[in-house]
Amino acid sequence: MSISAEKKMSLKLDNVSYIYESGTNMERKALENINLEISKGEFIGIIGHTGSGKSTLVTLLNGLISPSGGSIYWDGQDINDKSFDRKMLRSKVGLVFQYPEHQLFEADVFSDVCFGPKNLGLSADEVKERAYRAIKDVHLDDKYLKQSPFELSGGQKRRVAIAGVLAMGPEILVLDEPCAGLDPKGRNEILDLLSSLHENEGITVVLVSHSMEDVADHADRIVVMDKGHIVYDEAPKRVFGHVHELEEMGLSVPEVTYIMNDLADEGFAVSRDVTTIDEAVAEIKRLVER
Amino acid sequence: MLRDITLGQYYQTKSPIHELDPRVKLIATFAFIISLFLVNSYVGYVIALIYLALAIGLSRVPFSYITRGMKAVVMLLMITVLFNLFLTPGELLWSFGVLRITREGVVIASKMAIRLTMLIIGSSLMTLTTTPNQLTDGLESVLSPLKVIKVPVHEISMMMSIALRFIPILMEETDKIMKAQMARGADFESGNVFKRASNMVPLLVPLFISAFRRANDLAMAMEARCYRGGEGRTRMKPLVYSSKDYIAYLVIALFMFMIIAAGRLF
Repeated sequence: MSISAEKKMSLKLDNVSYIYESGTNMERKALENINLEISKGEFIGIIGHTGSGKSTLVTLLNGLISPSGGSIYWDGQDINDKSFDRKMLRSKVGLVFQYPEHQLFEADVFSDVCFGPKNLGLSADEVKERAYRAIKDVHLDDKYLKQSPFELSGGQKRRVAIAGVLAMGPEILVLDEPCAGLDPKGRNEILDLLSSLHENEGITVVLVSHSMEDVADHADRIVVMDKGHIVYDEAPKRVFGHVHELEEMGLSVPEVTYIMNDLADEGFAVSRDVTTIDEAVAEIKRLVER
Repeated sequence: MLRDITLGQYYQTKSPIHELDPRVKLIATFAFIISLFLVNSYVGYVIALIYLALAIGLSRVPFSYITRGMKAVVMLLMITVLFNLFLTPGELLWSFGVLRITREGVVIASKMAIRLTMLIIGSSLMTLTTTPNQLTDGLESVLSPLKVIKVPVHEISMMMSIALRFIPILMEETDKIMKAQMARGADFESGNVFKRASNMVPLLVPLFISAFRRANDLAMAMEARCYRGGEGRTRMKPLVYSSKDYIAYLVIALFMFMIIAAGRLF
């Protein structure tokens, strides 16, 4: 029973490809033969250089675009079937795009967050309740509720955008570069917010980024994309083991992993797959004390 | 869906048409449009069609790419044709209630359809084979005699080229905004006219804000590089005619002559 319940909520991409401007001299293959399964409770980081196809991949996840080849299944149902309820899918797979400016339009923050649940056809009370809860979940202060979303700072705008999607009650939250353009403080706040949503609300998080540092601490699985293909799909530690291959794709591993690798190259007996500062401290301590 | 609009877009490739001086292409297009309205016989249309087909063939722009741009104007074309078809008085061919089709209506409607289709294809061929920068330079140069009567030629062509340059940017932006709002359950495709119009608000507000922001940024960038209008401005690549261009002028002249001759003879 528990197995079938676990199986129930999954998003599965089967041999998916996507081609832009098909049939012209500008034809580009954005994705080729992508196989990916996202199941409940995961925190997945999707990493790739600009143009690796990661943004195309996320728009496929909730049916905003249809694949040129292959199929996508939600709970075993093909999402490109004519009978499939796409509106339901869009509420279950919440997608937050890179620029909050692309979705904020209402006169005040609260109405903007209400837009999503309102589109689901919920009652006015339910819409308000969900919006309040979402705003609370993203730790946005009540004093901003009646402000225009355009007067907020970059980090706050991003919170409002995330709240706008959370208010739809998604089971999977997909975020495309949620930290782009934020200062380190804003970036950490957003990342902490995501892991608290993952841990406390049980939301499955898919975090798309070009920066390893963003995903290293939180993701329990990392998917590396390059030129429209999935290159690695493993636990973070294993992915960061491929330092040279990642460099060739224009990706970097966390700074601390570099340091530990350099130490190991110099002949110190430290492990190479360290990804966080805490681990590095423990590792060096162990070496010194020995 | 939105990416299908190719109106005013440049198609990157190497071809004899792409290499022509923009002034030649502007004048050729202008001549072609005038000729379409001068022509009143099917022979004339055939000549214009051959000319257009030759230009398309030489341009190496895939025909399917050109017709894709037509989709956006099909509605307009249909309305024009239908009005002409049903509202032209003359010898009755068919009627049903208030709907009447006359022989003259059929003739006018079909000519109108041919004319408009060729006009759109002809003018989009110009923009498909000319970069916005070239187009601006060409337009400014062609219109420069009007400076004498105080027409702000430089400003007009600059505005035009900025507008053309911004079409793909705003298109892409619209696409992204639509996706962001659709991800929040917005529906742009169903409902009656009023519902659809009000559904556009979540699309138009971010789009306008972004357009204003971009305009502001562009103005800043231009001022930062000391742009102060056309007065005394020199060019990095001045327009110079080559032998290809003179040949092209000859072809245009020949075409115009044939069109006028066809008009006299048939």
